[in-house]
This record gives sequence, C-alpha cells and structure tokens, in this order.
Amino acid sequence: MDDSKRTPAAYVAAAGLFVMAAITAWDASQMRQVSTYGIGPDYASYLVAGFFAILGIGHVVQGARGKFEKAIAADWSAVGWVAVALAALILVIEIGGGFITAATLLFAFTARALGRRAFLIDLAIGAVLTTLVFLLFNNLLTLALPAGPIERLF
Amino acid sequence: MESLAFLADGFLVALQPANLMFAAIGVLLGTAVGVLPGIGPALTVALLLPVTFQLDPGGSIIMFAGIYYGGMYGGSTTAILLNTPGEAASVITAVEGNKMARQGRGGPALATAAIGSFVAALIATIGLAFLAPIIVKLAILFGPWDYFALMLIAFVTVSATFGSSVLRGLTSLAIGLWLGLIGIDMLTGQARLTFDVPQLLDGIEVTTLAVGLFAIGETLHIVSRHSIDHGRPMAITGSIWMSMEDWRRSWKPWLRGAAIGFPIGGLPAGGAEVPTFLSYTVERKLAEKPEEFGHGAIEGVAGPEAANNASAAGTLVPLLTLGLPTSATAAVMLAGFQQYNIQPGPLLFTNHPEIVWGLIASLFIANVMLLVLNLPLVGLWVKLLSIPTPWLYAGILVFAAMGTVAANPSIVELILLVIFGVLGFFMRRYDYPIAPAVVGLILGPMADSQLRRALAISQGDPMILLQHPGSAVMIVIAVLALVAPLLFAGLSRFAADED
Repeated sequence: MDDSKRTPAAYVAAAGLFVMAAITAWDASQMRQVSTYGIGPDYASYLVAGFFAILGIGHVVQGARGKFEKAIAADWSAVGWVAVALAALILVIEIGGGFITAATLLFAFTARALGRRAFLIDLAIGAVLTTLVFLLFNNLLTLALPAGPIERLF
Repeated sequence: MESLAFLADGFLVALQPANLMFAAIGVLLGTAVGVLPGIGPALTVALLLPVTFQLDPGGSIIMFAGIYYGGMYGGSTTAILLNTPGEAASVITAVEGNKMARQGRGGPALATAAIGSFVAALIATIGLAFLAPIIVKLAILFGPWDYFALMLIAFVTVSATFGSSVLRGLTSLAIGLWLGLIGIDMLTGQARLTFDVPQLLDGIEVTTLAVGLFAIGETLHIVSRHSIDHGRPMAITGSIWMSMEDWRRSWKPWLRGAAIGFPIGGLPAGGAEVPTFLSYTVERKLAEKPEEFGHGAIEGVAGPEAANNASAAGTLVPLLTLGLPTSATAAVMLAGFQQYNIQPGPLLFTNHPEIVWGLIASLFIANVMLLVLNLPLVGLWVKLLSIPTPWLYAGILVFAAMGTVAANPSIVELILLVIFGVLGFFMRRYDYPIAPAVVGLILGPMADSQLRRALAISQGDPMILLQHPGSAVMIVIAVLALVAPLLFAGLSRFAADED
C-alpha cells in the first residue's frame, strides 16, 4: 500500500454516517404519533438509521483495506471565494437587500473565484444581468423574487 | 390499437399553435442550457422549472418535454466539443466524439449524434406510446407490496450501477432517503427530522437538492480545479455534414443503440450509463475497423448516443405509467409534474388522457424540432461554449439562486441550497454518484407509504411482501442486483490473484 495515497476520508465519512444514524434514531425515539394499526412513522427513521450504520461500517472496512484514494488536488483559496459569494447572497437577502444586489455580489465574487481580476467590471456585468433576470422573471413571469430598495424602483 | 387513437388526440393537443410554441421554446432553452459545460439534462430541467411555474400545466409539460430532449442534445454537443460530459451517460460520447473533434471531424460527430438521437428517440417514443397502455393495465392490478418491491429494484439498480463502487452508490442513496424523511409524515402528521424549523415541515424540495448538488456542487468543483485543468472548446473545422461512408457506418449503430437503450431505460432499473457502455462494447466488437476505437470511431459516437436517448425516452415508461422515476432527470421531471398537482401513474392515463398523450405527441414534435433547428444552429450553440468560464459559472449560480428563491422565497431554502452544494462538491471529489441521492429523495417517501399500506393490510406481518408472487419475484431480483456485482467483483479479484 502506497502511503502517499492514504487518506482519513473513509473514516471521516464513516464518523459522519454514524452521527447521522444516531441523530435519526434519536429523532425517531422522540416521535409521539403512532399509527392505530400497521406501523408508525418512526420505523422508516429506524430503517434509515440502521442503513447509515451499516454504510458506516462499510466505510471503516474499506478505509482499513486502503480502498479510498486521496482526492485530486484543489485550489482552496478559489473555493473560499465562492464561499464568500454564497455568504454574500444569503446575507443580503436576509437583511432585505433584494435579489439584484444579492445576485450581483454572487456573480462578481464567483467570477473572482475563477480568476477574474476586474472586480468592478464584473459587478457592472452582474448588475445588468441580474436586473434583466429580475425584470424577466418578476414582471413578465410574475415570480416573486425578494425585493429590496432597488427592486421597488421598477 | 387504441394507442393510435389516443396518440391522434395527443397530436391534436400538441399541434395547437400555442403548444407548438411551448415545444419550440423548450427545445431551444433546453439545448442552450444543456450545452453549457457541466450541465446535464437533470440540471437543465431543474434550473428551468421555475420558468414554467406560472404557465398553464398542459403547455408547461409540453415545454418540459422539449427541455428534456433539448438538454440531452445539448449535453452531447458539449461532450464532443469540450470533453466535459455533463452526466455519466455522455462519458462514452466524450471518449470517441472528442477524439473525432480533435481530428477535425467534429461536424460529422455532432451530426451522427444528432441524427442518431433523433432516430433512437423516435423509435423509443413509439415504443413508449405502445408499451405505456399495456403497463397501465398491469399497474392497475398492482398492490402496495408490488410497488414497494419495484421501488426496491429501482433503489438497488440506481445506486449499484452508477459510480465507482456499490458502497458509494448506496451511501448517496441513503442520504437521499434521509432527506426524504424530513417533514410531516403524510399518514400520521408526525414531524420527522425537522429540528423545530418550521420551513422543514413541508419537506425538502427535489429541485433545491438537484440544483444544489448539480449546479453549486459542479461550480465548486470547477472552481477548485480551475487553476489546474484547462478545457477549451474545439472549433468545428471541415465539413459539418456526414459523408456517405459516415452514413454507412452510422445507421446500424443507431438502430442497435436504440434497441439496447429503450428496454434498459424502460425497466425500473434506471441508469443511462449502462446502455451507453453496452452499446459501445457491442459496436467495438462488431466494427469493421476496431482499431479506430479510442481514436475517434464514428460508431463509438453513433451507438452510445442513440442508446442514451432511447434509454432517456425509456425512463418515461415507468415515470408516466407507474409514477416511478428511475433517473435523476426523471426525478426532476416528476417534481415538475407535482408542481401542478399532477401525479403520474396509471390513474393519470384514465383521468387526464389529454395531458399524457399530448406529452407523448409533443415528444415526437420536440424530436423533429431538435433535428431541424439544431443541426443548422450548431454554430450558435458552439458560441455559447466560448463564454468565458468565470462569467459562465457566475451566471449559472445566479440562475440557481434565482430558481430557488423564486420557487420558495425563504432564507432557509437558500441555506439548504448551499449545504447541498457543499455536499455535492465533496461527493464529486470522493467519487460518490449524485443521481441516487435525488432518486432516493423522491422515491423514499413513496416507498415508505407503500410499505406501510402493505403492512396495514397484513396487520403488521412483513411476510406479506413474500406471499404475493409478483412482489416476491421482484424482491429476489432486487437482492440479486445488489449481490451480483459484489460477487463478480469478488470473482474477478480471485481471477486477478491467479495471474
């Protein structure tokens, strides 16, 4: 077994699966509604919890056998920019900044993650794109996109 | 031949000018979005669902049909020109098709894929029209135990045939089943796994999961690899048309691909990957010049593309007749039906024949439109591939966010979208298939209620599943489908040890 390919990923996944199994089983044990006949809503939760536990054991076995290979290299700082983009989206919508502002930031930060350096130009492109999207979907197709100060102008 | 009469009625619906327009818009949108790298048909339909939100059900379902077939077509264009298949089913197309494009034979590769898709989808849609009423007659006799056993088959085949290992496939399925538990239980009103978050009471939207796993996950993956990989679309040089030689070498693979794809797609087995691999193997065995395989053999594009499309049309058989989605795309399509409170299944054929047969007729129309519009427009689609990657993926994320907040304007939905995106990213990194999670989410609650219905009838005795011959046979098939690959893997390991 080549040591450079060893990775704890299988054990991390297994731990996650065991935690999920425990949460699911705990949630099932809290259920109070029961079916008058047949089986209640908790049995499916117990089945899934058991399934998770078995899969967790499977991951431990595969990890011990060295069946999990290290994932390919990743550029984590670029991933970080997408995280900023998604966080900006959620934050702006949450504080009522509206779809256009939120999606414009999402656009510009994601472009930044993929190597663009002209942030202001990307902000402008994003603003045009998201305004068009907003007008098309909100006004033409009458979908309710979150409105903020800018959206109320239309 | 009652199918013909119904189909004729269907064409009357589909040929109305408004519906023709919906089909055309669907085909164009589906192709345009499907061409974008990393976006397969499942994500195409999921991203475009909110567009159809406010339209009338008949027209939008016709539009879906166009989006579905258009997305398939667009996906193969990307696979050939960019070598980035949007989904497992176009992996094989990318192998030979991209080699052809590199040799300046991109035009014929696209043409054989398009015409092959047309021929295969035509055959498969005819198959759907004639098979569906027969299955509906059978399905009316199905008890809840039979449905449950069918779903078990679907679970096993969807997770065991995708991806690199059964363990990973089943883990993906388990995540989907777990997400399916979230929300109010239909039979008792019990909340499951909602953790006192009121927005979770309605359950997890299939489209949020699909868009998160596919769109956000794929974008994160592309971003993480951007400074490392570089893919550039191939320019189409030389003739776009197929030579006589190309035609001669393509027509048999088209027909064989359709013959392989439709039955496999039509079984509740799912997996467009299997028929494409099977077709590829068959074509390589039968080829006059097997040495060309791996270096741009046209048969290696024609056969798998035909098989891919035939199997996609085939998955509509269990979807429409049984309400059973067996692929990620079918699961998203089902979510599309459900947004209009239309539940596919045997009852749909008796209660709303105009919707079902209008849909089937518009599949024929969408297919013809794709052939007529897309071969001449292929230059335009290729231009879409030259959108700079940063703007392309930034735009995809804007659409993903728009679709999610439009369908369900709550911050919880956006947070779920991001969580699913991160999950999808890690699943991609560690080679877990995505489709089983989507299928698990939509089939899990259905399997749950069918099993409970069966057990309510038997007063809690699980043996009822084995006492009915239909369900007993299907459960045996499901177990075999799960165990067989493990056994084969074991056997081949022994074989390898002996070498």
